[in-house]
Amino acid sequence: MTQNNAPLLRVDHLTKHFPAGGGRVVHAVDDVSFAIRRGSTLGLVGESGCGKSSCARTIIRIYEPTSGSIFLDGDDISALSQKQLLPYRRKMQMIFQDPYASLNARMTVQDIVAEPLRAHHICQSRAEEREMVIEMLGRVGLNRDHAGRYAHEFSGGQRQRVGIARALILKPELVICDEPISALDVSIQAQVVNLLRSFQQAQGLTYLFIAHDLSMVRYVSDDVGVMYLGQLVELCRADEIYAHPAHPYTQGLLSSVPIPDPVAARLRDTVGLEGDLPSPIAPPSGCRFHTRCPHATAKCGEQAPALREAAPGHFVACHQVNG
Amino acid sequence: MEPILQVRDLRTSFMTSNGEVHAVRGVSFDVEKGKTLGIVGESGSGKSVTSLSILKLLGTTGRVTAGSIKLDGEELTGKSRKEMRAIRGARIAMIFQDPMTSLNPLIPMGEQVGEMLWEHNRKMGKAERERKVLELFRMVRIPEPEKRLKSYPHEFSGGMRQRVMIAMALACKPELLIADEPTTALDVSIQDQILKLMRSLQREMGMSIMFITHDLGVVAELCDRVAVMYGGLLMEEADIVDIFKKPMHPYTMGLMASIPDMNQDRRVQLQPIPGSPPDMIHPPRGCPFAPRCPYAMRVCMEEIPPYAVTGANRRSMCWLLDPEAPAAGNPFKQGREAAV
Repeated sequence: MTQNNAPLLRVDHLTKHFPAGGGRVVHAVDDVSFAIRRGSTLGLVGESGCGKSSCARTIIRIYEPTSGSIFLDGDDISALSQKQLLPYRRKMQMIFQDPYASLNARMTVQDIVAEPLRAHHICQSRAEEREMVIEMLGRVGLNRDHAGRYAHEFSGGQRQRVGIARALILKPELVICDEPISALDVSIQAQVVNLLRSFQQAQGLTYLFIAHDLSMVRYVSDDVGVMYLGQLVELCRADEIYAHPAHPYTQGLLSSVPIPDPVAARLRDTVGLEGDLPSPIAPPSGCRFHTRCPHATAKCGEQAPALREAAPGHFVACHQVNG
Repeated sequence: MEPILQVRDLRTSFMTSNGEVHAVRGVSFDVEKGKTLGIVGESGSGKSVTSLSILKLLGTTGRVTAGSIKLDGEELTGKSRKEMRAIRGARIAMIFQDPMTSLNPLIPMGEQVGEMLWEHNRKMGKAERERKVLELFRMVRIPEPEKRLKSYPHEFSGGMRQRVMIAMALACKPELLIADEPTTALDVSIQDQILKLMRSLQREMGMSIMFITHDLGVVAELCDRVAVMYGGLLMEEADIVDIFKKPMHPYTMGLMASIPDMNQDRRVQLQPIPGSPPDMIHPPRGCPFAPRCPYAMRVCMEEIPPYAVTGANRRSMCWLLDPEAPAAGNPFKQGREAAV
């Protein structure tokens, strides 16, 4: 593989607002910028409603960006028409959260997995298509016999394998995984994560991995971005963010994670997070986290902090950290 | 001290068009007074059906086919629907995963909680009811409780709705609270708040809790004792510290190895449990975990293992613990051999 240090995906000041009626807008994604190195995984975490899924869907152009740019392999795809986008769609695919809702109940597994091939007119014949599907099924741990069956005949873990087969059959470079394991049983989650990792190692895939399970995100990601109310508040290496979280929101979020160790769990004195997420229709002024932040000062309510490099490779949007 | 809840050899089935689903196949456990028992399992393990059996909320298709359920020494299995209605809410309360489905979207929150109080005490006047509801809202730390009484369920966040459900559950000072995945639909920060609230309320009221979850982290945070369920059977039961220190069942071991913790080495692969859970219409003849168990022997496929005592106040259902089980490749015998 040729060494290429340019990021595969770069997102610049990406913003996505949804109309909420009465002239109001939902600030789903606000001025988010990040890049993902080729072959690496960026984990995006945050509470429900923080905009992580909207961000993913805007990047893959399921949603139209309100403003900002999306560079895939150096090309700005944010303003392309759906027709112009077609060749880029082959390079980026998505794996969805709910393997029950994201697979068409009236299609066989063969048809589900072959759909991207048909959309891009890849195969010359039905026989070739069938062969490619069966080969792909084998690589996700399913077999020839599964091809003729319907999604409802499968368990949750097997359905997610079908979803992965559909996403990877076009040999994409970027795969956006939107909570790919949240709907699965604990014993099955590791199966799917290991499968995704083995594809990454074999094909140099680049992942944007969205999840709310912080220990799983830490395990799969090289870098982690933390979102709060539509904004990126912290971004750095995965090990670093868990060892030295700098943003008060990240700190609170991490200390809320229950730890599977009863002795340590009883000894630690968690800070946690107070209160609920404010409405993304009328986000708080200044730093959006200031209403729940234990360290907030007057400045935090007035002025929005920019995402700055607080330490080498460690970006934080916080007045207390950046001074 | 007598346990608040004593379940013995509970068996529950559902009649479906595809056949009889053997959801719970002979489960026994106690919930001690003032303590929290965690019931851990994955979908289809029978953990939720166990709690619904206790509450007699099995619908028209479900039925307890055998066993005994005693609340503070009093048998519940023979109770009529009317008698159970008096017990539910007053002596055993419950909270579920999704508070929205348990609430009426058209009635203000304060009124719904008041209605529930009236249901259990018809003599209570309106003014007293309102005062009591306000007190409950304060107890579960709902901010600006006076204002929130008139709000509708959709105006509450998920965490706040779950607080109201807890308030309703605790209104009649129940002896036992059954919580079925109460924090699964919530964000970690809100889950943390709810778990803290449950812990402090338990301390204040001395209530006993049966906590059903799939999340080992939550169990570690909250429970005194754990029962691990799989395929309708209770695979292992132990005190919380003991089970995390040394799980004594291959399924418990598998569960623990398949979740990363915050210190997980990223270069080390997670060890998933291969395969998928059994079909409960035709449950395996032997140990339900045998088809997925890395240590399975022939006997495991043929016969359900008996319980073996694995330490002080703990037991496991596994053929590897049988006195005649081979020591070679046996994860539970190697250590002991070495110690001798």
